[in-house]
Amino acid sequence: MELFELTLKRAKESIASNPSKGAELREVLTKRVKALDSRIKAYVNFNPSPNQSVTPKGPLSGIPISLKDNIVTNGWETTCSSKILKGFVPPYDATIVRKLKEAGAYVFGKCNMDEFAFGSSCETSCYGPTHNPWNLDYVPGGSSGGSAAAVAGDLAIAALGSDTGGSIRQPASFCGVVGLKPTYGRVSRYGLIAFGSSLDQIGPITKTVEDSAILLNVLAGHDECDSTSADIPVPDYTSFLGKDVKGLNIGLPKEYFVKGLDPEVEKAVRQAVKVFQDLGASVVEVSLPHMKYAVAVYYIVAVAEASSNLGRFDGVEYGFRAEAQNLKEMYFETRSQGFGAEAKRRILLGTFVLSAGYYDAYYLKGLKVRTLIKQDFDQAFQKVDVILGPTAPTPPFKIGEKMNDPLSMYLSDIYTISANLAGVPAMSIPCGFSSKNLPIGLQLTAKPFEEGTLFRAASAYEATTKWYEKKPKL
Amino acid sequence: MNSNYEPVIGLEVHVQLKTESKIFCSCSTEFGSEPNSNTCPVCLGLPGSLPVLNQKVLELGMKVGLALEGTISNRIKFDRKNYFYPDLPKAYQISQYDMPVSSKGHLTIEVEEEKGKFIPKKIGITRAHLEEDAGKLLHEGVRDGSWVDYNRAGVPLLEIVSEPDLRSPEEAFQYLGSLKSILQYLAVSDCNMEQGSLRCDANVSVRKKGDSKFGIKVEIKNMNSFRAVQKAIAYEIKRQIESLEAGERIVQETRLWNEAKSQTFSMRSKEHAHDYRYFPEPDLVPFTVSTKQIEDIKKALPELPQARFQRFKKQFELSDYDVLVLVGDKLLGDYFEACVNEKVSAKLASNWIQSELLGELNARKLALSESKVDAKKLAGLIRLIENNTISGKMAKDVLPEMLETGKSADNIVKEKGLVQVTDTKLLEEIADRVIAANQKTADEVRSGKAQAIGFLVGQVMKESKGKANPKLINEILSKKLSS
Repeated sequence: MELFELTLKRAKESIASNPSKGAELREVLTKRVKALDSRIKAYVNFNPSPNQSVTPKGPLSGIPISLKDNIVTNGWETTCSSKILKGFVPPYDATIVRKLKEAGAYVFGKCNMDEFAFGSSCETSCYGPTHNPWNLDYVPGGSSGGSAAAVAGDLAIAALGSDTGGSIRQPASFCGVVGLKPTYGRVSRYGLIAFGSSLDQIGPITKTVEDSAILLNVLAGHDECDSTSADIPVPDYTSFLGKDVKGLNIGLPKEYFVKGLDPEVEKAVRQAVKVFQDLGASVVEVSLPHMKYAVAVYYIVAVAEASSNLGRFDGVEYGFRAEAQNLKEMYFETRSQGFGAEAKRRILLGTFVLSAGYYDAYYLKGLKVRTLIKQDFDQAFQKVDVILGPTAPTPPFKIGEKMNDPLSMYLSDIYTISANLAGVPAMSIPCGFSSKNLPIGLQLTAKPFEEGTLFRAASAYEATTKWYEKKPKL
Repeated sequence: MNSNYEPVIGLEVHVQLKTESKIFCSCSTEFGSEPNSNTCPVCLGLPGSLPVLNQKVLELGMKVGLALEGTISNRIKFDRKNYFYPDLPKAYQISQYDMPVSSKGHLTIEVEEEKGKFIPKKIGITRAHLEEDAGKLLHEGVRDGSWVDYNRAGVPLLEIVSEPDLRSPEEAFQYLGSLKSILQYLAVSDCNMEQGSLRCDANVSVRKKGDSKFGIKVEIKNMNSFRAVQKAIAYEIKRQIESLEAGERIVQETRLWNEAKSQTFSMRSKEHAHDYRYFPEPDLVPFTVSTKQIEDIKKALPELPQARFQRFKKQFELSDYDVLVLVGDKLLGDYFEACVNEKVSAKLASNWIQSELLGELNARKLALSESKVDAKKLAGLIRLIENNTISGKMAKDVLPEMLETGKSADNIVKEKGLVQVTDTKLLEEIADRVIAANQKTADEVRSGKAQAIGFLVGQVMKESKGKANPKLINEILSKKLSS
């Protein structure tokens, strides 16, 4: 086995038994990225800096981690794949970057994404699209498409993404890897460039469920710098691995299996349900009656927050500034030239729904429906431990296919958005392939702060199906 | 002012709360530091940074709310106020929109109804809310464009909004004085208008007397002293009345006070007012403050000016005016009380503090806190007057030396031999000489022009080199000239 193929777990063991393997791993991985990334374009800033000060001995000693380019890195350009942040070199590390370094890991590269995480295909990036390693004509999903493609193509050992409405899980599904969106508040957002502040969470994108648990052990926990991070004890997530699922109650929302769900995806998910049943889990139907409003509510709440969060990109302090004769012109030109079309669309939408006279009809109503969606989950979780369904309604689509059809693009997050609105943890794991040999993902959702239940269910399923053994040919 | 009109005034006061660190990060709040030296990713609004509330700010805000007898909100929630300006690094200000820390309070001002007679008037406080200050644009010495200093960005502010209960520029001045006094008693702000730690905008309208509806209001900004606020309001009232009398309409707008020209000028019309797109700040989770926490802060409040005013009036025989001056400044009130605690007359203490001590300090451009004469020393001086050791006139010469050297009155009097002459025999000799030398004046006194005696008393004082007891001289001269 080549070193770049190692899971995080295996790389860890390898370095632990022979510390020189760390440098070798870096070299091999660097070579592979140099050889392949001109075709995949997973990285926007690939420049392994040997001068990162990391703890020599830690649980992730010598492990390279790739980051989505919206996670700030001290002294290393961070752009959110937007022209408007070109040249922005943060003077500080995100809390999770500090935690990774303290655990002995180092930042290997910054991964491509939809501009400011606005998108589901990684096509709105100012650097151009990332390609799906399973078929370069297809999108890797988004917005954490670069991170997912890097992990799927063995261009990274593990990566981090961020998930506001599915941006970790949907690309994980499209690339055939494991993506976890933790409970809102489980992982610090300090240093994550905000999209929708009440929805955003950082999470791992990994080759296996085990790797996801190892990474979450390092990432999770209260942060004094983030008032929304939860001061709740962090269990050892690896302790949930390798357990059986006998007696686990799995709920299938009847609202999931409806028109719009691709038959191949439905088939793969139904087969996964069968696997769980064979493993001893009991499966019942549940209902999430307000799920049909999730996309609409999301495109009110998320864009409202985004319009405010993106106000600071005005050319005054950092990043791109357009030439102008006066202040007003500087604002107009900087933002007109600096933001891409999708960013502008969302800023306009968000500004509109917060405007005087519209606030009550849109934003306030959106918040109320959000509460109802949360209650749907509360009720469902009184009956079941885990909710199961597809991660995305379709297998990956072709690059360019949905770029001129934003509504259809938005619908590719239909299954993932409600977990963000409710703040609950959710995970996508591979559950098969389409007839075109493109990955299909299965989504598991659990109660707040019960990521452990996700690891228990996912690891049992993964041990049985071993989908991760199949690799794209590059 | 045209007496057919009644002005209606409301004030919006921003005070910087005196905390060591900023409201949402740990940067220093120190004034006057090197530009952009008191900054970090949070107050610079760098991408990815997040605010964390400084609990001390909340405590100070609740203190003020309670002192203004407001209702303290049990739920603490912040909102974003969105607008673009280069001094606002995030393009939104974190503020409190629909749940201010305190609402429905009031403060009492003492309105002089007729000369020397004051009656209390309650001014409603609509709300007081917490927010962050913005940075500052610097234009001086910049050729093209402007510089921005973010040291002030994130300094905690409390915005205190009054009801439109004020009816004259004088009342507005009084209100600001009372508010400053309360904030000073609470030790929550420096209240320095020149350094910007207290800023005031005024909403002014006029209406025909007897009208129940308010006129169209104009907001005035850019006043940098309480007197300027008073002057700007007075100007604005006059301008509005003149406009109305000329048959014009008042335009709702913001006007800037120009101190040099003593006029207000239109800045922008409110018709193009910003839509601030307020919404709940998602980065700060709302939280609950227990009633007990609020009660504890309330219990720990110090005596406030209004209560002290009532106490002084009961405790001391002083005019309302004197008491108002004494309690208006916490340090002055403390000084007075310390002085009286040395068992000297309250009346003398009040007079000596207000006219002599403050006068001498003003002449030296010194604050009371910088005075070398503390309350105990001033009481020492007053005691020498009370026991006739020196005259009041002599004391007036002693005080400046005390201020210069910090010596006690006793020591200065001893060193200079400044003992009042109470030797009747000696004074009679001097009186005889003075009468002899001023026969004409003496005759006037004898013929009943009693006030002419003052001149003779003065001459005796002069001869005694100021050491004579004026009361005694008066008695001696009167006796001699009546016989």
